[in-house]
Amino acid sequence: MEHNLLADAVMYLLAAVVSVPIAKRLGLGSVLGYLVAGVIIGPYVLSFVSDTKDVMHFAEFGVVLMLFLIGLELKPSLLYRMRVPIIGSGGMQVFLSTLFITAIAMGFGLAWQQSLAIGMILALSSTAIALQSLQEKNQMKSTAGQGSFAVLLFQDIAVIPILAVLPLLATSDVSTMAATPGELHGWQKGAVSALVIGGIIFGGRYLMNPIFSFIAQSQLREVFTATALLLVIAVALAMQSIGLSPALGTFLAGVVLAESDYRHELESNIEPFKGLLLGLFFISVGASIDFGIFANNPALIVFLTLGLMILKFLVLQLVGRFSPMDKADRYTFSFVLSQAGEFAFVLFAFALTVNLLPQDIVSQLTLVVALSMLLTPLFLILNDKLIQPRFAKKRTVPTSDPISEENRVIIIGFGRFGQAVGRLLAANKIGATILDHDSSQIDMVRKFGYKVYFGEGERHELLHAAGAEHAEVIVVAVDEPERSLRIIKSIQSHFPHVKILARAINRPHATELIKAGVVDLERETLAGGLELGAKVMQKLGWRHNSAWRASRLFKKHDDEMVEQLATMENDEKVFINHSLKTRDFIKQTLEEDQHWEHEVDEHAWERPGSLKKNKQMD
Amino acid sequence: MQNVLLVLAHPNLEQSKINRHLIEVVRTHPFVKVHDLYEVYPDGVIDIESEQQLLSEFDNVVFQHPFYWYSCPSLLKEWFDLVLQYNYAYGPQGDALKNKNWMSVISTGGGQRAYCKTGHNRFTMEQLLAPYNQTAHLCQMNYLPPFIIHGSRKLFAAPERLTATTNAYIEVLQQLNAGKLLPNDDVDNSNPLVGEE
Repeated sequence: MEHNLLADAVMYLLAAVVSVPIAKRLGLGSVLGYLVAGVIIGPYVLSFVSDTKDVMHFAEFGVVLMLFLIGLELKPSLLYRMRVPIIGSGGMQVFLSTLFITAIAMGFGLAWQQSLAIGMILALSSTAIALQSLQEKNQMKSTAGQGSFAVLLFQDIAVIPILAVLPLLATSDVSTMAATPGELHGWQKGAVSALVIGGIIFGGRYLMNPIFSFIAQSQLREVFTATALLLVIAVALAMQSIGLSPALGTFLAGVVLAESDYRHELESNIEPFKGLLLGLFFISVGASIDFGIFANNPALIVFLTLGLMILKFLVLQLVGRFSPMDKADRYTFSFVLSQAGEFAFVLFAFALTVNLLPQDIVSQLTLVVALSMLLTPLFLILNDKLIQPRFAKKRTVPTSDPISEENRVIIIGFGRFGQAVGRLLAANKIGATILDHDSSQIDMVRKFGYKVYFGEGERHELLHAAGAEHAEVIVVAVDEPERSLRIIKSIQSHFPHVKILARAINRPHATELIKAGVVDLERETLAGGLELGAKVMQKLGWRHNSAWRASRLFKKHDDEMVEQLATMENDEKVFINHSLKTRDFIKQTLEEDQHWEHEVDEHAWERPGSLKKNKQMD
Repeated sequence: MQNVLLVLAHPNLEQSKINRHLIEVVRTHPFVKVHDLYEVYPDGVIDIESEQQLLSEFDNVVFQHPFYWYSCPSLLKEWFDLVLQYNYAYGPQGDALKNKNWMSVISTGGGQRAYCKTGHNRFTMEQLLAPYNQTAHLCQMNYLPPFIIHGSRKLFAAPERLTATTNAYIEVLQQLNAGKLLPNDDVDNSNPLVGEE
């Protein structure tokens, strides 16, 4: 089959660009959009693309990248805390699903070895579809999201023994299985695996930070992106070469790097690749659905697909009962994991090559897998529209996210100004996520125990990675007016709910900020200068309190003046005229303050000093 | 020996007459520690611990302030609110101020005649100062008769009476410092030297 790379790329991208926004607009989610796009450009509708196997194989790397990103959000300590759900829920789901599916397959008259293979393969769910759907609904942090993640992680690990067992089943002899052949080989393999995994952990912990720091200092963003990709692909390759799951390896690398200062930057660099490849993967799944086989025996395929999903759904309902999730979350959990996964494609192909399963069964079951993936988004819509509303009243928004350490405050720019803000918050036990683009600054501040992440705040992917959608307040404290305004624009367009507080470098910058809609800003030198000014007045014999109030009064007037200047267009004349007028007013007010006399009437209370409000300025 | 803490609360001392004069004279007497609240806390944020530490060093506490709306200036009220904490100044374990002496030194614009049942303020100073009396009582402090300076602005225009008032004030502070001023002493509440026009 000849491939025209550019033509194929145009086809895939066009399909995604057209169908995904429509699906999103219709409330169907991007996964269904991609899958339908794949069906449409596939051989049975428009037949724009033909051989999708290679594309799918390539696109499976998206799953690898996704697991790397998930790893980045899971610190080892958090992972350790999740050990019970991973082993408990995950183990229970895989065991029970395998058991029932095997039994049913035997009911169809297949040999027990074949039935067991099918059972194990179909017990696995689709990491790509489940996590993408949960992330899109912002439910990764819910108990349903965490439960699903635990189960999926167990399944990823389970792939390794399944791959090892399939050839043994093909030899179809119970006695050879019990003898566990290749003991020595297994031992060597174990040693190599331990070595590679140890290398990943050691490298991630001790080598990557200095390397990222070095790369970051070059200030070339694409080189950083290249480094990030190189890291992930190298880890995947290393794992593949020793016969372990690449997804598991990159997940591990992600977990190790979760404590790195460059975590957010890594996330924002890998994220677009993951998104594109996953999209490509979903499209190729859609395109690979073989409607020819479906047409041959539609009743059987429909029965198998629905039967599989209902069975897995019921098993998951049972598993959910044993974990701390409410009823509503249990339904989400069960629907989101009820399909068969992308590993099934690989494992069925493998079972075919080792002569465990015949071609016709593999074709039919591969179709069932693809259809179950296609149906999952539809079931999730059903869940959202019909089932979840019944629990709507009882649902409470989870107040704390056990999986995350997202802070309510993000500080962008951790120079002199940002540090002052951060120190005050830290002293009052308010955690802040801190971003700075100067890596030498990061190293310095880190010595004082602050967690500072490397990154440029104007990239919304980075803001996203830093948890901007959960933040309440973002402090923009960078020291360049242009950059500050760019960052604010980015925040306003991507995270409109966040309150923005800004450091203004000078008066023109302050007016620009106000024009951009920022309400809360402080000019960086004004407050300090005026406070020292008050101390000067005190040294000259003023009462401290009077000097302080005069200083605050002056600041109030000055801030109000800047606010008024911002409402004017850049008309020079108006500007000057207005500032003269304002100056007169301040002068007049201050003079009034000076010449104030005691009331002559002894029955009047003595005036406790004057702090006038700005009465009227146009 | 310095044994008198004078807590001064005057938001506008630079334009006051009698209070500034009195405090200038008091400052020449080293046995009084003048603690000027509006100078120490220009922004109104009171350091509770340092205030309590300061109180612990003295047996006699004098609150000198003008009379605003039948009460003290706002920063002194804030000071009472924050410093006189539960289980510090009152409450089951609150005896940090026990047996210390409390004396209010208050200047009023109006004359003494304004502060009686038939005067336009309708109440006597004793009645109006009941909250301070009771505050001292709750803190197990000895509430001494207040030193009240009536008609303070007019007083300033009469040099002889001003001198007499100033001397009387210093005298009271010296007695307080020497421990001669006891709550049951027959101190003339309405100081004859001051107040009357």
